[in-house]
Amino acid sequence: MSPGLFPRSEDGIRPAASDALSISVDGKTVDGLAGQTIAGVLLGSGRLAWRKTSSDGSPRGVFCGIGVCFDCIVEVNGIRDVRACQRRARDGDQVISQHDPLPEVTE
Amino acid sequence: MTSDVVIVGAGIVGAACARLLARSGLRVLVLDQGAGAGGTSSHGEGNILVSDKGPGAELALAQHASSLWPGTADELSNELGANFPSIEFDRKGGLVVATTDTGAAPLIAFAETQREVGVDARMLDIAEARELEPSISDTITAAIFYPEDAQVQPVIATEALLASARLAGADVRTGIRVTGAVRNGAGDIVGVRTDAGDISAAAVLVAAGPWSGEVSRSLGAAVPILPRRGMVLVTTRMTHRIFHKVYDGDYVGAVSSSDADLQTSSVVESTASGTVLIGSSRQQVGFDDRLQVRVLQELAAKALRLFPFLAEASLMRSYGGFRPYMPDHLPVIGRDHRVEGLWHASGHEGAGIGLSLATAEIIAAQMTGTKPALDAAPFRLDRPTLARYLAEDVPA
Repeated sequence: MSPGLFPRSEDGIRPAASDALSISVDGKTVDGLAGQTIAGVLLGSGRLAWRKTSSDGSPRGVFCGIGVCFDCIVEVNGIRDVRACQRRARDGDQVISQHDPLPEVTE
Repeated sequence: MTSDVVIVGAGIVGAACARLLARSGLRVLVLDQGAGAGGTSSHGEGNILVSDKGPGAELALAQHASSLWPGTADELSNELGANFPSIEFDRKGGLVVATTDTGAAPLIAFAETQREVGVDARMLDIAEARELEPSISDTITAAIFYPEDAQVQPVIATEALLASARLAGADVRTGIRVTGAVRNGAGDIVGVRTDAGDISAAAVLVAAGPWSGEVSRSLGAAVPILPRRGMVLVTTRMTHRIFHKVYDGDYVGAVSSSDADLQTSSVVESTASGTVLIGSSRQQVGFDDRLQVRVLQELAAKALRLFPFLAEASLMRSYGGFRPYMPDHLPVIGRDHRVEGLWHASGHEGAGIGLSLATAEIIAAQMTGTKPALDAAPFRLDRPTLARYLAEDVPA
């Protein structure tokens, strides 16, 4: 299944229309719907990964989706290490993806 | 089929022994009641430390083991190829600090005794310590740097040793529980009874970590090894601000203590992924693995004495496991003087990851009749400090 947003017209649940919102992700505008988490907005825009691991820069996005694994963390409005899957998106949120390179160890 | 050696326990000690024994040409069978690295080996931090040991037999074993790890890491990597994950051997170094005025002098004196036996223990002034660890508390009163302290990813290291053992011909069978000994007419152990049938073997080596007490009892030759519980807290990911293993000097006291009640002492380090591990506790509560908030509270509070910035950190989870505790704080390595055919490699408390390679060297040398690189006499089961614990256990 694609990570894209399921079209409302094909949704048998027949949800009410949602208000649109947009957030900024690394300076680019991404559109979403009110009620989505930041991870929901990102997944809805077709994006699966937005963080890189420290050890080898491997891509990371939603792994558990329920707040346990901390794989999906992003910076939101200046606050680091926010779980994208737990933080509801608000119109105008400034989201910056995180990548912390491994430190050089001093001997 | 008869094995030359049946090893009970597929943790890191059993794995290291299996590898060396198989490489010296013996037919080796490893049994484990659970999975490989399913017990203590996967429930700690993968420490290879010299810093926490005072002069004596265990430090000598740790120093020898420390010298073996880089070569073994290279051998495993060459032997298993690029598709096998790295064991992540990392000589990251340990920084031991005192956090009180009264703690400074004993820490400095302890390091002096270690230097006399060849440990690289460098006394730092506070400014030098803060160069190594810029976020450390400005209230520390003494600091010793141990460049030899290292770690591995213990689960990968165990699996790598097992894989290497298999390549040398060893067989590893998991999910099989040893329930007793097979004995001959003379009372010698000539195999094990398991829930999957009897298995004959010229020698049986117990390397079951904290379960070695139970296993050895079931074999009719009990060894006084008890489980001692240890807990570790894990923070969420953050920017790397801790660069070595950093611990409070009173860790040494907690590890070498025999007190059954809760002992905690700060050991703080960060992982490559950005989480921070906060240990450590010691508790004798049998195999009770229930979460105890009191333990976690103490760990968290003491960590702040080292790194005040952790007050802002969020905790993601905690984990813990059982360390094989010996009443005289030394592992048991070698043959059982009471029963022919029985051997032990157990009781390494929280140091088994590091000590595994040196332990395996002793076992392999003794089983193949060569001389170990290290004096193994202090680890014999018939040492005087264990006599009173063995007195009640007459072999069946």
